[in-house]
Amino acid sequence: MSRALVSVPTTARRGEVIEIRAMAAHLMETGHRTDATGTTIPRNIIHRFVCTYDGDEIFSAVLFPAIAANPFLAFTTTATTSGVIAFSWFGDDGSVQQATAEITVT
Amino acid sequence: MAFVLALVLALPCAGEAAAADRRSGSDFMAPETRAMQADDMSNPAMLWVADGEQSWHRPEGAAGRACATCHGDATRSMRGVAARYPAFAEATGRPVDLSGRINLCRRTHQPAPPFASESRELLALTAYVAYQSRGMPIAPPQDPRLDPFRANGGALYERRIGQLDLSCAACHDARWGQQLGGSVIPQAHPTAYPLYRLEWQSVGSLQRRLRNCMVGVRAEPYAFGAPELVDLELFLMGRAGGMALETPGVRP
Ligand code: HEC
Ligand code: HEC
Repeated sequence: MSRALVSVPTTARRGEVIEIRAMAAHLMETGHRTDATGTTIPRNIIHRFVCTYDGDEIFSAVLFPAIAANPFLAFTTTATTSGVIAFSWFGDDGSVQQATAEITVT
Repeated sequence: MAFVLALVLALPCAGEAAAADRRSGSDFMAPETRAMQADDMSNPAMLWVADGEQSWHRPEGAAGRACATCHGDATRSMRGVAARYPAFAEATGRPVDLSGRINLCRRTHQPAPPFASESRELLALTAYVAYQSRGMPIAPPQDPRLDPFRANGGALYERRIGQLDLSCAACHDARWGQQLGGSVIPQAHPTAYPLYRLEWQSVGSLQRRLRNCMVGVRAEPYAFGAPELVDLELFLMGRAGGMALETPGVRP
């Protein structure tokens, strides 16, 4: 199953401000809901998101239970060098979803 | 003459919207929600479309066949298909909707156990197949075998139901454009299914939407897959004939 969609410009000029967007498929189960039998459904959210550019962290976020399912994040950075932009979403259940995109900077 | 016509169309609508005055649910949405639907990178339903594309190529079942084994490239073989569903299925002697058709292929052609209604797998494949018709006009089949089922769907649409004793028509034909609580009542054109509903935080089918409206008037909703729901889908698609498909849509 494909679990994430990321958008990064494929090319940019050095020094240009670029927009990066990332969306991961996740239920973001709050831990406050109950199932049909009244049992609490355990919390299971993405609690942390990290984006690196050519190995360096450029953006990270801590997420909380009130955030909707399939969280969408958009942020900007300055294009510095050609390389890989990598995305990681860390789930409460220990899982890590990952995605990468490449950018060519001229 | 053109002026008179414009005046007539501008009058507040009572009764079913004239063909020229039909509007998709997306026309009633906030600009932000429209923007979310329009941009594939922020439309969450695209996650389901991407999943569906993967399942399309995955061999399944006793014979190890993928959808692609028989149907090849979906961007060609499935183009326009969603626009003419529900269609008559020889196998059951009744109309099937697109999800039902996909499950028929799973059962008889792969063969593999059919997906559960509203399962992520079925919604993803349905969204992927329907996505191939995005932008195309809804083209209800002219198959006379469908007529009695479409007529039944029309009768269900007019019938008052639930503790609130309201028909679908009472809201969607007589009161569209008006406010109901926090929502605007749309004309109930199924232009964008399966779609991502912000309230559901998930993709859901047209049947799920119809069941929601039934619960809304405190009626007992038909079970997923019930013939009545398929007949309603058939009627609604006929009523929306010629409107553009937007799948996968986003709704509030
Ligand atoms: C009390 C008024 C009311 C009744 C009765 C009602 N609906 Fe709805 N319906 C709504 C509202 C309001 C929405 C939009 C909800 C939203 O956007 O949050 C809606 C949405 C829909 C949609 C989705 C349109 C889209 O753009 O995706 C369809 C289809 C629909 N209804 C069909 C039906 C059918 C069929 C019935 C009869 C079984 C029915 N409705 C009965 C109020 C009603
Ligand atoms: C063994 C070959 C085979 C496989 C595998 C198969 N199908 Fe089919 N499919 C058919 C045939 C043949 C038809 C025509 C109707 C019939 O005879 O059942 C059809 C019809 C369809 C239709 C309706 C097309 C139309 O024009 O109305 C859809 C949609 C569809 N298949 C989707 C799928 C999906 C999705 C999968 C994978 C889950 C799949 N099929 C797997 C053979 C196959």
